[in-house]
Amino acid sequence: MSVIVQPADLAIAALRDRGGPAQPLLSVSGLVKHFPVRKGVGGKKSVVRAVDGVDFQALKGETLGIVGESGCGKSTTAKLLMGLIERDQGEMLFDGEAVGSRAMPWRTYRRQVQMVFQDSYASLNPRMTVEASIAFGPTVNGVGSREAIERARGLLARVGLEPKRFAGRYPHELSGGQRQRVNIARALALEPRLILLDEAVSALDKSVEAQVLNLLLDLKAEFGLTYLFISHDLNVVRFICDRVMVMYLGRVAELGPSDTVLAEPAHPYTQALLASMPSLDPDNRTQAALLTGDPPNPIDPPDGCRFHPRCRLAEPVCSQATPPLAPIAPLHQAACLARQPGSGHSLAPAAEQVAA
Amino acid sequence: MTAPVTAATMALDGGIAPAASEVEPDAFVASRGYWGHVGHRLVRDPVAITAGAVILAIVVVAILSPWITPMDPYRGSMLRRLKPVGDATYWLGSDELGRDMLSRLMVGARLSLFMGVTPVLIAFVIGSSIGIVAGYVGGWTNTILMRTIDVFFAFPSVLLAIALSGALGAGIFNAIVSLTCVFVPQIARISESVTTGIRARDYIDAARLSGASALTIMRVQVLGNVVGPIFVYSTGLISVSMILASGLSFLGLGVRPPEPEWGLMLNTLRTAIYVNPTVAALPGLAIFIVSISFNLFSDGLRSAMEIRQ
Ligand SMILES: Nc1ncnc2c1ncn2[C@@H]1O[C@H](COP(=O)(O)OP(=O)(O)O)[C@@H](O)[C@H]1O
Ligand SMILES: [Mg+2]
Repeated sequence: MSVIVQPADLAIAALRDRGGPAQPLLSVSGLVKHFPVRKGVGGKKSVVRAVDGVDFQALKGETLGIVGESGCGKSTTAKLLMGLIERDQGEMLFDGEAVGSRAMPWRTYRRQVQMVFQDSYASLNPRMTVEASIAFGPTVNGVGSREAIERARGLLARVGLEPKRFAGRYPHELSGGQRQRVNIARALALEPRLILLDEAVSALDKSVEAQVLNLLLDLKAEFGLTYLFISHDLNVVRFICDRVMVMYLGRVAELGPSDTVLAEPAHPYTQALLASMPSLDPDNRTQAALLTGDPPNPIDPPDGCRFHPRCRLAEPVCSQATPPLAPIAPLHQAACLARQPGSGHSLAPAAEQVAA
Repeated sequence: MTAPVTAATMALDGGIAPAASEVEPDAFVASRGYWGHVGHRLVRDPVAITAGAVILAIVVVAILSPWITPMDPYRGSMLRRLKPVGDATYWLGSDELGRDMLSRLMVGARLSLFMGVTPVLIAFVIGSSIGIVAGYVGGWTNTILMRTIDVFFAFPSVLLAIALSGALGAGIFNAIVSLTCVFVPQIARISESVTTGIRARDYIDAARLSGASALTIMRVQVLGNVVGPIFVYSTGLISVSMILASGLSFLGLGVRPPEPEWGLMLNTLRTAIYVNPTVAALPGLAIFIVSISFNLFSDGLRSAMEIRQ
């Protein structure tokens, strides 16, 4: 029962596509967010470099994963992309138009980008029925209240919650998985093109998680969505993502097709992250922890490559030069001096190897 | 690329994965909503119910008092002054002008309740609006509004009420205005802190993402979540308002004689305290009973609203 996408809507969707399929849906460059903090009472002012120069593109119709340890800036990136917090620097292009410009004002952009939060309970108003929560967005965007409720019920059915039973319920009367389905329905209610999922399945039981992931895949195909999928679970990322971006301390460490990145990681951090993950195959469990120590503090991150204090390939050059995110293979980028010709690292490939 | 991992993910669960739907948490067959649950719990709290019944009874008596008083509350008798409690004609005695105490207490409930409830009601509307806006908008708006409010906190409520009433002059209307000014800052401060807490919740972010205006978000998403705690706090202020109003009347700044009002009655009877202490204490007892009932009811409401969600 497909309720929201009527042929007319599809026509509108086609109209909304300005740049054609080759145009990245979202293109981010130099995104920076520093939070001012005070150390101790009356102490020195300093900043948390939560996001410190992030560049990436989300291609139309893909699922781009964002992974990294807790505190590396994934949620801050998501909130910057949603405009929930203001960016300090950086440019965002949506379908080729600068977000905030006359051609793509925030209002227009917001209607095409929605978000699903990690905490399924905190992201639903406890005093509103689930259908009212879903209908709220359409209502404030000019849809009549009766029609908005109809749409909400249709969406509930679409995400696998029988409207008769669930529409009038309050969030505390639902399980975590059911609530997250409601949150997905709410995100869909404004007919977005891009959905950010910030740890949207991380709090769910494994079996429920698998069901919700399959639902997300179905919805993506049905509505032609693009996903930005934030997670710390590499198994989930491998399952759902086409490409994956690995973040470390507010920067991108590696970006590429998820099959490649997760099978042959180029950045020592990605390698360590993969090695520290419990293997699903019992015969292939590594005990060696490549990732030792806590991640350094984003208040004063190390000079040079941010990962060098924990890196097994670290050389003196790593504490001096900051590695740019550079291509190491077609479609595959990594920010590691050991993979960049001419960087001065002893493991750096010769220039011709990359060109070939 | 996808199939093996799904299988593995499912397998991690140890094979207890239910196929289609999840196990529901203690499902309610008919949803009665939050306030339904609060009401349900409230009627099961004997203290709150008793307090509520006392308030209701006094309100009913107050409303019906012009028709049900045993005697004329305004007609005195110089021969029958200060009769004791338990007198055959004057059941609760008579006052210093020989008027029936029971009748005067019944009629006096009208003004006393009115003076208790009205300022709180007005302050509830004004104070919660200020607090919600300050809490939701934050930033400079918050700083300006809340620092202004803080000025009022420099004075104790009693002093503030007396000073304002004194400046405005005696009378019921001015007393209500000055009491309202006493309660607005208190309610605004509570509303601001409750709203600031709600403001950080993800569902407010989600509402902002839908493109709703700040006013719509405050009205639809914030109000329903903050009105409960603010209401509880405000019901607790009704007793304070009654006592302050009585105090103003006692000082001659509120209700004027011969209008019966409990605080004023307490004032005029104070000369009789050595002659007939029981009768002189009756208006005070009435104030005490009503305020404690409002406080107990407000406590009951508070605990009934603490539903684990
Ligand atoms: N509002 C804020 N004020 C100060 N520091 C913040 C704020 N939000 C996030 N941070 C800090 O920014 C860093 C990145 O946080 P976050 O983006 O939530 O990480 P992740 O989602 O990857 O776990 C953390 O060190 C966090 O403490
Ligand atoms: Mg996070």
